[in-house]
Amino acid sequence: METLIQVLIDGLLSGMVYALVAAGLCIIWGVMDVINFAHGEYLMVGMYVSYWLGFLAHVDPLVSVLASGAFVFLLGALTYKLIIRYTIRRPGLVALLATFGLAMFLKNLCMNRFSPNFRILSDTWLGGKTFLVGSLILPVPQLAAGILSLVTIGLLYALINGTRFGWAVQATAMDREAAELMGINTERIYVLIFGIGGACVGFAGGIMPSYLAVHPEVGSMFGLIAFVCVAMGGFGSIPGAFLAGLLVGIVEALAGFYIAPVFKYIAVFGLYLAVVFLRPKGIFGW
Amino acid sequence: MALLEVREVTKKFGELVANDRVSFTVETGTIVGLIGPNGAGKTTLFNCITGLYPADGGAIHFDGREITALKPYEIARRGAVRTFQVVRPLKEMTVFDNVLVGAFLKTGDRRAAAARAEECLSICNLTSFRDRPAGGLPIGGKKRLEMARALATRPKLLMLDEVMAGMTSTEINASVEVILRLRDSGITLMIVEHVMEGIMPIADKVVVLDGGIKIAEDAPGNIVNDERVIEAYLGPKYSQRFKARREGADLG
Amino acid sequence: MNPKEANRVLGKDGPWLVFAALLFVMPFVPFVGENSFRMHIMILILLFAAMSQAWNIIGGYCGQVSFGHSVFFGIGAYGAGMAVVAYGVPPWPGILTGMIVAAAVAVIISWPCFKLSGHYFAIATFAIVEIFNRGFLVWDWVGGALGLDYPLVEEGLWNLMWHDSKTGYYYCALVLFLITFGLVRWLEGHRFGYYLRAVREGQETAESLGVNSTAVKLAAMALSAALAALCGAFFVQYNLRVDPPMVMSLDMSMKFVLITVLGGSGTLVGPLLGATVLIPLQEYSRALWGGLGGGVDLIVFGLLIIIIVVKQPAGIIGIIRDIGKHAARRRAAGKEEADHGAP
Repeated sequence: METLIQVLIDGLLSGMVYALVAAGLCIIWGVMDVINFAHGEYLMVGMYVSYWLGFLAHVDPLVSVLASGAFVFLLGALTYKLIIRYTIRRPGLVALLATFGLAMFLKNLCMNRFSPNFRILSDTWLGGKTFLVGSLILPVPQLAAGILSLVTIGLLYALINGTRFGWAVQATAMDREAAELMGINTERIYVLIFGIGGACVGFAGGIMPSYLAVHPEVGSMFGLIAFVCVAMGGFGSIPGAFLAGLLVGIVEALAGFYIAPVFKYIAVFGLYLAVVFLRPKGIFGW
Repeated sequence: MALLEVREVTKKFGELVANDRVSFTVETGTIVGLIGPNGAGKTTLFNCITGLYPADGGAIHFDGREITALKPYEIARRGAVRTFQVVRPLKEMTVFDNVLVGAFLKTGDRRAAAARAEECLSICNLTSFRDRPAGGLPIGGKKRLEMARALATRPKLLMLDEVMAGMTSTEINASVEVILRLRDSGITLMIVEHVMEGIMPIADKVVVLDGGIKIAEDAPGNIVNDERVIEAYLGPKYSQRFKARREGADLG
Repeated sequence: MNPKEANRVLGKDGPWLVFAALLFVMPFVPFVGENSFRMHIMILILLFAAMSQAWNIIGGYCGQVSFGHSVFFGIGAYGAGMAVVAYGVPPWPGILTGMIVAAAVAVIISWPCFKLSGHYFAIATFAIVEIFNRGFLVWDWVGGALGLDYPLVEEGLWNLMWHDSKTGYYYCALVLFLITFGLVRWLEGHRFGYYLRAVREGQETAESLGVNSTAVKLAAMALSAALAALCGAFFVQYNLRVDPPMVMSLDMSMKFVLITVLGGSGTLVGPLLGATVLIPLQEYSRALWGGLGGGVDLIVFGLLIIIIVVKQPAGIIGIIRDIGKHAARRRAAGKEEADHGAP
């Protein structure tokens, strides 16, 4: 029983980070109907920013989070300006293939500059610390990442649903032309949304070096899992992506522990197929 | 014998009853008009007959067999083929290829299908647009393309959904001519129209829907004098006035 | 005047003439180029053109953008590989089995997937690739993560293996290419080909004309998967080994899509154009920059993908059409000028 609870806790903690990565993808998808294939590589870039700040300037990931977020915000805005802007009125496949090229570019740029080696940041404030509740182990870095995720997702949700900017975003998502007629600068909304989507995944990447090794391939699987969470949650629904993230984290942990580690992703992707075959527009989709 | 028999067909969308126990028949070789004001449930009924929506109640028979629960393509294969009110050209294909898709229903042979397609293009006056992408046609052309494509399948029953809406009177006259030619060639037609002018002179029978209920099924001459129809179209005031005028005429 | 002129340049026959010329030249290539690297590139072009054409049937003509085709490619590869490595027989029965299994798998997994639309469909195909990839990694019967390494058997067509010369592989790739392109060319003029495009352009419209769109999509998927398996089998015979990341990966799936889309999706010559540009680009950049600490070739490749996709979404066939139109316009303008300058 205790093992089960421990597994569930581990799953929940990694699920919260998935949720944050997915939330970033989710608003981009929801507002622009674009799948950013380079989303996982954004995470990888965020991790490298945090890693190098820690390694060269001894800044702790807890602080670097802000720098990572800002850096990936710019990367996202730049992606929109240089690539997505030209694909937005074309079939969805075009943006997908262009961002696939971007993913390839980013991944191999890091491979070339930083080598394919796994890099681990030692001597972080939280690294290796644990927190005991009875016989249950709560790893502190993951806990911090989970809290960061919750806070960021909460802020994102409030931003979209409770501010003037958020209403403008929703109007743009519903009908770009009508929003334009109402005096909303939709081009600016798009740039900002791509940036904010990037910042979300940048935050996640910023804190992760406290407990996870950095390498050029690290983002790919996170990216795929984010696609699955967003689609499973339902078109552009932040609560949907959040719940799907938690669900994916838990299923992954359960399958990894009770079946075999290699089966955890099979279970996750199988779960996605099961969900969309039953509800073709996701849990929260219509 | 009735080619199409609609019996007590009901369709609900949640609380809204779009069609309430509608029944009528379409006799072989005739032109039947299905009319009614906006929101009367014409297109819904049309979609139930053609299998796009499942009916919630009632039965539909075509050519002696029940087609109630069949899929749209199965109904089309039996010979009841429709056009769409909101035109749906296969945009990136040429006008000819659009019609060819229809022609392939009855023959797998490319040459026979091409001959049929050419024939239908010329019936619908589309020959000059033959090699243009269908997405680039003017709206009148797209409406005619809908007809040509359906016609190419060699249907027994051709169901036209508001092909005349938005046309100029010259275009309406041209369409009417085409429709009469089709009737003479042995095709039965069911025509949904919002406007009465186009359909009244050519229909053998008119079915009137209002608020999802059939309020009349009669020859066009009788329909235009039907109180309930006038009320549905013009409101109760006109219906009263009309009644008074007719009674006055009878007295005189 | 313009469209007519343009039509003559690109027309229905324009690409065909280029195509016929290529076909005429191709059989003689081995006698011209002794360079084995050049041969290697030619073989890859033909193979990936064939493979992308297989994808084009469902992805281009029928409009169902699948990122799952590396699964079928992989099943074909493993079919041949298992025949040779595990059973010690020539690859042919394995190839046939692989094609049948791939078609069956395609139908089984596509049937529910076709209910999904847009991004949901795309992501479902990503998920399927990952499931198969990981499934094969832990499946001992097919060699797991180690994959299958070919033993050296007698060379020749019977074993579909050649030791030193690439000429045999070249001709096989050519046959593969001719099979897929011939088949798609044949489809283009027949009922099924028209139905494919009708389903892509409007499923409800197609159904209203008596087309069973589900059956059309499933048949196209099965055909496409069987051809993909055939290509995969050739790929493994050429590489003499197979493991899951080599064949069943998202990157591999992406390559088929990219080649077709870059060349011109839903057109006969598109996959050939795409492969002719992309494969040499990939192979030469690997040869040129591959040694520079790794990754440079793919950095360049990634950038080029972005540029081509953003700048020319209609594909290379779009560029050719533009050039054709441009030339026609210039010629027309030149003629006008000559007329004016006549007096």
